Amino acid sequence: MSGSAETEAPERGISRRPVEIATAAILIGLGLIVLWDSYGRGAGWDNGPQNGFFPARVGWLFLAASLFILFQSFRSEDKIFVTYAQLGQVARVLGPLIVFVALIQPLGLYVASAVFILIFMGVIATSRWWSIALTALLVPLACFWIFELQFRVPLPKGPLEAMLGY
Amino acid sequence: MDDLSSLITGFQIALSWQNIGFMAIGVILGIVVGVLPGLGGPNGVAILLPLTFGMDPTSAIILLSSIYWGALFGGAITSILFNIPGEAWSVATTFDGYPMAVQGKAAEALTAAFTASFIGALSGVILITFVAPLVAQFALRFGPAEFFAVFLLTFCSFIGMGRENRAKILASLCIGFLLAAVGLDSISGDLRMTFGSTELMRGFDFLIVVIGLFGVSEILLTVEEGLVFKGKQARIDLMVVLRTWAGLPRYWATLIRSSLVGMWMGVTPGGAIAASFMGYGLAKRFSKRGKNFGKGEIEGVLAPETAAHAAGTSALLPMLALGIPGSATAAVLLGGLLVWGLQPGPMLFVEQKDFVWGLIASMYLGNLAGLIIVLATVPLFAAIMRVPFSFVAPVILIVCAIGAYTISNSIFDIWLMLIFGIVGYVFKKLDYPLAPLVLALVLGDRAEDAFRQALLGSGGSLHVFIANGLVTTLVILAMILLLWGPVSDLIVTARGRHAGKAAEAAE
Repeated sequence: MSGSAETEAPERGISRRPVEIATAAILIGLGLIVLWDSYGRGAGWDNGPQNGFFPARVGWLFLAASLFILFQSFRSEDKIFVTYAQLGQVARVLGPLIVFVALIQPLGLYVASAVFILIFMGVIATSRWWSIALTALLVPLACFWIFELQFRVPLPKGPLEAMLGY
Repeated sequence: MDDLSSLITGFQIALSWQNIGFMAIGVILGIVVGVLPGLGGPNGVAILLPLTFGMDPTSAIILLSSIYWGALFGGAITSILFNIPGEAWSVATTFDGYPMAVQGKAAEALTAAFTASFIGALSGVILITFVAPLVAQFALRFGPAEFFAVFLLTFCSFIGMGRENRAKILASLCIGFLLAAVGLDSISGDLRMTFGSTELMRGFDFLIVVIGLFGVSEILLTVEEGLVFKGKQARIDLMVVLRTWAGLPRYWATLIRSSLVGMWMGVTPGGAIAASFMGYGLAKRFSKRGKNFGKGEIEGVLAPETAAHAAGTSALLPMLALGIPGSATAAVLLGGLLVWGLQPGPMLFVEQKDFVWGLIASMYLGNLAGLIIVLATVPLFAAIMRVPFSFVAPVILIVCAIGAYTISNSIFDIWLMLIFGIVGYVFKKLDYPLAPLVLALVLGDRAEDAFRQALLGSGGSLHVFIANGLVTTLVILAMILLLWGPVSDLIVTARGRHAGKAAEAAE
């Protein structure tokens, strides 16, 4: 996974052109969807502009810009988009972050934050275990105090909070 | 004078204990936001916006705009002490600020940066005080066609004056417009581009997009470098401050030049980032000591900071007077106005006098408070950078998630934030500018309304956009701004080719 990538030669990575082309292709796809949807609902004139009128015109502009970007991307010089080592670093943040967001629904935001901090700081592995544990405990508590008690903003809560009576 | 008495009333509103408290909290939060990587002006304001829904609009905008001032100040701290620009507009400050810190003159550099920021901001606020009411009064005559022409002007100047690839600026603008169109159409009441999804019926809230694009993506970009901060120490005492201030009048030309550049770039949406580079470039060219720039010249700190702040402040002028923000943060503040039930635009100066002048007065006070607070607390904020990133990053991400959730109590929004975070990461790496996207997203509905109403009035004929002198002038200006960039590029390349040929001929 990410750990092994760092020991390899630093200049290896995903090159820029395929990413540039893929992004342009996605944008073109989005443009086509917009046009399909707008003309489907009516983008013409019916005692006034129909509701697809404006999005359709923006859609055509968007399509033109995206096609031009696609055309440009074939001619641009190819550089490294992201090295594997960097990608590993990003994955080490993104992975725990996705787990965090996925856990908010079943566990509530506070417990999910604690789990997130545990995983994140564990993966980065620069801190001692007790400082990780303390952070995982104190940060959600501080959030609870600020948002739930001070600002009275209800955040998603799970079984633990229900058990404690909130 | 009518405006002056309004301003005095404004000061009375802004000087209540409660509002001074909000100002101080805002500035401190703003400095934190400016110092931390991954949190910046736009998303710092976006995260806190939901917490102000219940507040009095004047206090709320004072709190949020103070965060903006604080963020403008805070960006300079990391630039000078750590050689890491906390904000994009403080990149130019690193050129001379960090060398000064290396030479042990960090305190002078910081004092110079903060004072320059204050001068720049002050010139922006003065501009707002005297020009914004005039612009607003003028704009009272605008109909839908004129408003659409002003929107067009904004977007065209983005494309024409932008430093990025123009096709990408256009694509970014279009994405913003299309995202704004998703959901309920305000005129016909129909659903657009929801594809049967109930979650999309609400449309894309620009706050979610901002938190994702500017917050989450920034963290992802920052961790790429593996983040170890190595900074210089600084402690500012009164003697250094006074000594630096005593030296400042010598640089009056630079300060005035940068202020003017900043004001211009702020009102036209060139933005603080471009302004700071332009201010630096001009100072380097005109200064007697231009050769020393980049080696720790105090003028090289003054020039970009003054310009960045003049621009950052002036960006609020079109937002207040026309309802068109000049920067991403101004766009978020404008979104705040809509949330608090205020209609931005020229009528604001007529209907919400207390709000407008309270805000303008708070700009003077907020920047003064900012200068004092930031001078007094630099060591504290420099210490924030010594907190390990493995601690800071998850906390920022959790705060982003909470901010995204509180906007409409929806977990789906947190997923959206995550998706926009990844989109922002890819876009930033591919040099798609994000500010146009946010601006178009915030303005999209109103630009579309203006466009449709103008066409309704004329029965579908585009002639409405050249119907009278005012609207024609605006449209022509927009076209000039749109074509300015490409044409000047062509001239430069043509000259380059010509020069190349001449050189060949000489050989």
